[in-house]
Amino acid sequence: MKSSRRVVDGVMALCDAPVGAVVTVVEVQPGPHGQGRRLEDLGIVAGTEVTVERRAPLGDPTVYEVRRARLAVRRVDALLVQVAVGDAAEGAYVAL
Amino acid sequence: MSHCEPEATGSIATGTLHVAFVGSPNAGKTTLFNALTGLRAKTANYPGVTVSRREGRVDLGGRPVTLVDLPGTYGLDAISPDEQIVADALRGEIPGVDRPDAIAVVADAATLERSLLFMADVLRLGLPTSLIVTMTDELAVRGGSLDLELLAAAIGVPVVGVIGHRGIGLDDVRNLLGNPEGWTSPVLPPPAESGRRSAWVASVLRSAYRPPGRDRRTRRVDAVLLHPVWGVLVFVAVMLTFFQAIFTLAAPLIDGLDSAFNSLSALLKDHLSGWLGELLGDGVVAGVGGVLVFLPQITLLFLILTVLEKVGYLARAAFLADRLMGRFGLEGRSFVSMLSSFACAIPGIMSTRTIPSERRRIATMMAAPLMTCSARLPVFTLLISAFVPNQQVLGPVRTQGLALFGLYVLGAVSGLVYAGVLNMFALSGSAAPVIMELPPYRRPTLRAVLLQTWDGAWSFIRKAGTVILASSLVLWLMLNISFGTPPQGLDTVQRDSWKLEHSVAGEMGKGMETVFSPLGFEWRTNVAVIGSLAAREVFVTTLALSTAAESENSLPARLHELRNDDGSKVYDAATVAAILVFFVYALQCFSTVAVLRRETNSWKWPAIAFGSMFVLAYAGALIARVVVHAVT
Repeated sequence: MKSSRRVVDGVMALCDAPVGAVVTVVEVQPGPHGQGRRLEDLGIVAGTEVTVERRAPLGDPTVYEVRRARLAVRRVDALLVQVAVGDAAEGAYVAL
Repeated sequence: MSHCEPEATGSIATGTLHVAFVGSPNAGKTTLFNALTGLRAKTANYPGVTVSRREGRVDLGGRPVTLVDLPGTYGLDAISPDEQIVADALRGEIPGVDRPDAIAVVADAATLERSLLFMADVLRLGLPTSLIVTMTDELAVRGGSLDLELLAAAIGVPVVGVIGHRGIGLDDVRNLLGNPEGWTSPVLPPPAESGRRSAWVASVLRSAYRPPGRDRRTRRVDAVLLHPVWGVLVFVAVMLTFFQAIFTLAAPLIDGLDSAFNSLSALLKDHLSGWLGELLGDGVVAGVGGVLVFLPQITLLFLILTVLEKVGYLARAAFLADRLMGRFGLEGRSFVSMLSSFACAIPGIMSTRTIPSERRRIATMMAAPLMTCSARLPVFTLLISAFVPNQQVLGPVRTQGLALFGLYVLGAVSGLVYAGVLNMFALSGSAAPVIMELPPYRRPTLRAVLLQTWDGAWSFIRKAGTVILASSLVLWLMLNISFGTPPQGLDTVQRDSWKLEHSVAGEMGKGMETVFSPLGFEWRTNVAVIGSLAAREVFVTTLALSTAAESENSLPARLHELRNDDGSKVYDAATVAAILVFFVYALQCFSTVAVLRRETNSWKWPAIAFGSMFVLAYAGALIARVVVHAVT
């Protein structure tokens, strides 16, 4: 698994996933301030299913459902999480 | 200033068994802790730092055990001051505090997967560990299930289930905690690397656990409370109710306390002759009482904030406000801290401990003193009611109310801009992630609400008994030690006035005229400003004292009557506007300075806050005076 935004069909940063989408985490990058580890402590690791629930009225942050907990994450932090949507999710999951 | 309570610290050294409670926020850790310890728990601070821990000694099967409730945390790779304390405490790295003998991880049954990630890290510390699963009733209602025995076998440590608020399973917990020597431990520690750690969690849960369905009720409520239109409307309504309640419900209680302290003060002065009566009456009772009268308001504020927090609304308010706060280098949780600061900056500043980013935490603490705290209210009320004509503007809205509201808005907007400027020019360092959990909506127990409200109120009472008592005494001495003897032929009131003018404080007030005369402040105002350094509301009592000789009329009337040597009014509209604006900005509060010093662990930030807010106050007051002069 290599870093950011590689052109894989249906793979995108979590912050770009549309509201209502159910996505599968492909990779969590460490991030410049160790945010990645915190996201992992909260259960966001490769293979985890994440539901994009809703955005705040001002557009940021976004509520995600992860392992039955609901987390509000800012766009800048959600950028570290690469996710696969739809058909790509199946492929990504198998590839793990 | 150490808030270390000797009993609490002492108990750590005596060698009784210590069991630490850890777990994520909202896991029901504190509810369980309260159920086990009752009212015997004490709040204490770790030496040298300001994060508090609750400790309670309980008897478990004839054996004394000290339970320690640590702040909520999501991981041992700490990102906030609160979390750092948990990590340090569990590793035994806090000087002067023994490492706990055993750890109880408290986990919410609904989010067990996440808690076990944390459990994996805790198990690698090598201490005897057990798992207490809370809210198993909620799990069952939402269609999940958990087999405690299978889970215990899979992890290799004891596991018990409990419904803390209903007291079900408490005996199992007591039996467990009383005998950590009998706890099993895993053969191999769980893996550290996050992918393998996650796989470990999946494997131990596989046969024992079925996760719950979605929390439909919480989602339905959030569909309204987080809605772009309805959510914002409810948010505004909650904030309006919040302020309305704090200022109207508490008012009669404040008046009652005020007259009680006044009578007590008069009683002391009548029955104790000479300086002792005056010291106790004017110095101690009037000084400390002047602050304690705000206890109803502050208790009410803590009560409302506790209810909003425990129900789960504060997390939603932080979520709604996050983007706006982000523009000023702050975050959603800063909003909650600033909300508390409207009663008093001290609990506001202390509540920033949950903000992981050092940078945003300092920005929030520095903005907090600019929120209009309850101590400014008596000053604003006196000057506005005396000098602003009360004309009807629209419906129930009148000019005096509008003036007061304007001062609140001025403070709040200035606080945000101040934080934004600091963030841009003075603050550096990393911005830790903004990740906030939206817990399920829950009905809090009365007991939990009252306990937390009492904690907040008690810390305020303690402050009144220490910092404010000391500064009241110093101020009393400065007002009562006078130079020279008063001329003959003065009546008592005139003598008191002469003595005040020639007291240490009076001379200082006159000395300050060179600096403050551009603002229209003469010596009486200056003495009152010195007095307000102890607590802002002392401004009113000092002004009452220093103008007492002028006439028998009420304080507002006396302020109107005071004349300069050239016959002009001492308190004209321009000067009053200058005083009001001065009080919006100036950081005249020793307690806030002391708390800033403790929480930032340096004199740098309190010095910057005091200096820059004085400059803002002076410049703002000057501008206000010039503008009002020009239009009147």
